Amino acid sequence: MTTTDILWGVLRIVLIFSAVMGLVAYMTLMERRFLGFFQLRLGPNRVGPGGLLQPIADGIKLLFKEDMTVSHANRFWFRLAPAIALVSVLACFAVVPASPSIVVADIPVAVLYLLALSSLGVYGILLAGWSSNNKYSLLGGLRAAAQLISYEIPLALSIVGVLILAGSMSLVGIVKAQEGLWFVVKQPLGFLLFLVCVSAETNRTPFDLLECENELVAGYQTEYSSMKFGLFYMAEYAHILLASCLVSLFFLGGWNGPLLPAPLWLLGKVFFVFALFIWVRATFPRVRYDQLMGFSWKVLLPLAFVNLMVTAALTVALS
Amino acid sequence: MNTDTLSLNLGPQHPSTHGVLRVVLELDGETVIDARPDIGFLHRGIEKLAEHRTYHQIIVLTDRLDYLAALSNNLAYVLTVEKLMDLEVPRRARYVRAALAELQRIASHLFWLGTHAHDLGAMTPLFYALREREALMDIFENLSGSRLTPSFLRVGGLAADIDERFVESVRNFTDTFQGRVDEYETLLTQNPIWRSRTKGVGVLDAGQCIRLGISGPMLRSAGVPLDLRKTQPYSCYDEFHFEIPTGKAGDVYDRYLVRIREMRESARIARQAVDGLPEGPWTAAGSPPVFPAKEDLKHNITAVIRHFGLVMEGMKPPPGEVYHAVESPRGELGFYLVSDGGPYPVRLKVRPPSFVNLQGLVKMVRGRLLADVVAVIGAVDIVLAEVDR
Amino acid sequence: MCNGMTPSLSIFVFLLLAAGSAALILLVSHGVGRRPLTPGKDVPYECGMPPADRPSTQFPIRFYKMALLFVVFDVEIVFLYLWAVVVRDLGVFGLVEMFVFIAVLMAALVYVWRKGDLQWE
Repeated sequence: MTTTDILWGVLRIVLIFSAVMGLVAYMTLMERRFLGFFQLRLGPNRVGPGGLLQPIADGIKLLFKEDMTVSHANRFWFRLAPAIALVSVLACFAVVPASPSIVVADIPVAVLYLLALSSLGVYGILLAGWSSNNKYSLLGGLRAAAQLISYEIPLALSIVGVLILAGSMSLVGIVKAQEGLWFVVKQPLGFLLFLVCVSAETNRTPFDLLECENELVAGYQTEYSSMKFGLFYMAEYAHILLASCLVSLFFLGGWNGPLLPAPLWLLGKVFFVFALFIWVRATFPRVRYDQLMGFSWKVLLPLAFVNLMVTAALTVALS
Repeated sequence: MNTDTLSLNLGPQHPSTHGVLRVVLELDGETVIDARPDIGFLHRGIEKLAEHRTYHQIIVLTDRLDYLAALSNNLAYVLTVEKLMDLEVPRRARYVRAALAELQRIASHLFWLGTHAHDLGAMTPLFYALREREALMDIFENLSGSRLTPSFLRVGGLAADIDERFVESVRNFTDTFQGRVDEYETLLTQNPIWRSRTKGVGVLDAGQCIRLGISGPMLRSAGVPLDLRKTQPYSCYDEFHFEIPTGKAGDVYDRYLVRIREMRESARIARQAVDGLPEGPWTAAGSPPVFPAKEDLKHNITAVIRHFGLVMEGMKPPPGEVYHAVESPRGELGFYLVSDGGPYPVRLKVRPPSFVNLQGLVKMVRGRLLADVVAVIGAVDIVLAEVDR
Repeated sequence: MCNGMTPSLSIFVFLLLAAGSAALILLVSHGVGRRPLTPGKDVPYECGMPPADRPSTQFPIRFYKMALLFVVFDVEIVFLYLWAVVVRDLGVFGLVEMFVFIAVLMAALVYVWRKGDLQWE
């Protein structure tokens, strides 16, 4: 490995990282514009052509906002929590490929890596709620932790079917296994389960109980201002981007598609999945907390087990 | 310090208490052990202010009670004064009043629907509901120059005659409105999440409602078909065909259904009122409390003197006391007036439906989850300006 | 590797980037943000009322139970993942073995369910 190699490698990584951050920023805009159209309004369209500079304006605004720390907060954890939330999500993108070659690291245990890192995000939220010295934050943080870990189980189980079919835990390998037929056809139940679970993991309506403003003001984010809040906001959208990527990679054939270059296909699918999330958000009310928890353990978990066993049995029988 | 429960302020500055209601909750985890509503943050002393205003000036105060249904308040108040003075109002004015009251009911219910749905996490119905409410606000604005606080009714009639534009806009509105209500229903009525959030939540049966004095859609959702428009018709309501929607369970879902169907009925009434609008005077011209016509002020000296007297001194109803109630969007809205024959009322007492209905809150939320509190408060449909006065 | 570095080094660089940018953003905002601290501003928000007491540090026990359940199932999932990748090669034996394992897990779930620990109220 020469120095030039390493420099090129680092440059690659920086480029991928910037692409991820840019996408995250523009997903906020996409969500707001889309929601606007669903709701008979325009959404932000004043900053730049069609509102294209809105995310930048938001970032600058947040940067200059008053950076407050609530009294009697546990200052260390209070400041660290947003960073944990953001870094744990961003780190996941290290194994997410945009094409067989555009990836930071194609590791053979990518799915395990994702599972491990995305669980870390719970710490950010739990610590934020706990260190804020605020009752809404505390309740919101506890709710969040319980919700996230409850949906982690069916989420993880719902992709076991994919792993069986692909015979690989590398994301590149999983997409390569879908070159003929997308897994959404072979794994319809797994696809639905995964979709439901990632909406819960990313706090999307109808599972946005962590920060539901109508009950807990802003949940664990209540006491956060300025860029500390901004980091949570970025983490949330990074999480949604990750979820959309994973849905596309696991079930929708990833970058497989005719004519267009591979990354464009993936991008198109990611936007499609994201639009689906926005549509759901515009349509549904929010479930209640006890219903939410019951749904995960009593409905999703048994279904995920059934899906897994049927997939395994069929695979063994056919091979 | 009690470590078993957490005492939590819900309000006054909270997104789902619809104003400045404060509820102190005792929580065990997420379960509500006890709730103590604390009202009065929006108290402006309107009843006391009324004791130093002429009867005409009080009309603008009533706008500030239930600001989501200002015209219903106007109506309740002028009807009370008219009852005190034993004044006969022309039929045309009564038809217009009924139409306005029903449009106001729709506007109020639309706002309730939007905010209630938003409280339960459904964002979009709010924007759909406000689209229709905007059309209504435009009608009010064209009529009176004011969107929220029209103050359009006067003792003895209206502030001005209505024109063809008003009739036309009401027709346009009622033509499309039923389809719009279908849209809201598509989003919510059969939605499993909506049903699971509202069914069986905040139940008050008919007996409990009656014991607490609860009226309006809350009472009707428990199966009691009590509606003052039918039982004590005012403003020619006995000449319109409409039904009183009732529910069975008395829960949040039934309140939702009752209000949705009430909107449909109100649109029907408003349509009948403008279609069957009688010709004739729009105010009881000539009777003592009624202002002379604007035209007369230019060349009729007695009219100018009478106008001056009404403005400077006010009208002087005979001594006595009356109570009159109308069916406001929230329930029985009553005004109780005591007069000693002077230009100011000795006492004005408002019976605000929100205040009385709010009494059911503690009963409805005790033992329920925190999220249900939000659903229940939304379904009571309170306006804090009316609760606190 | 195609980008000239080992995967773990790449991931490490990526992590550094993420952590670095998060830290940078926080530092910059701490530096340039206005801080006109006035009395009462740093009081915890409780709907405009002064908080009556501190948030309790005792959490309801069900959160702990939920966490325990999570740990139980999460560990099993790691086994399932490794098994899933090679189930084709293991054949019927591997299948039956894992079905027994899942049956035990399901028994645990049913037990917890019947005990009422999945009931949130």
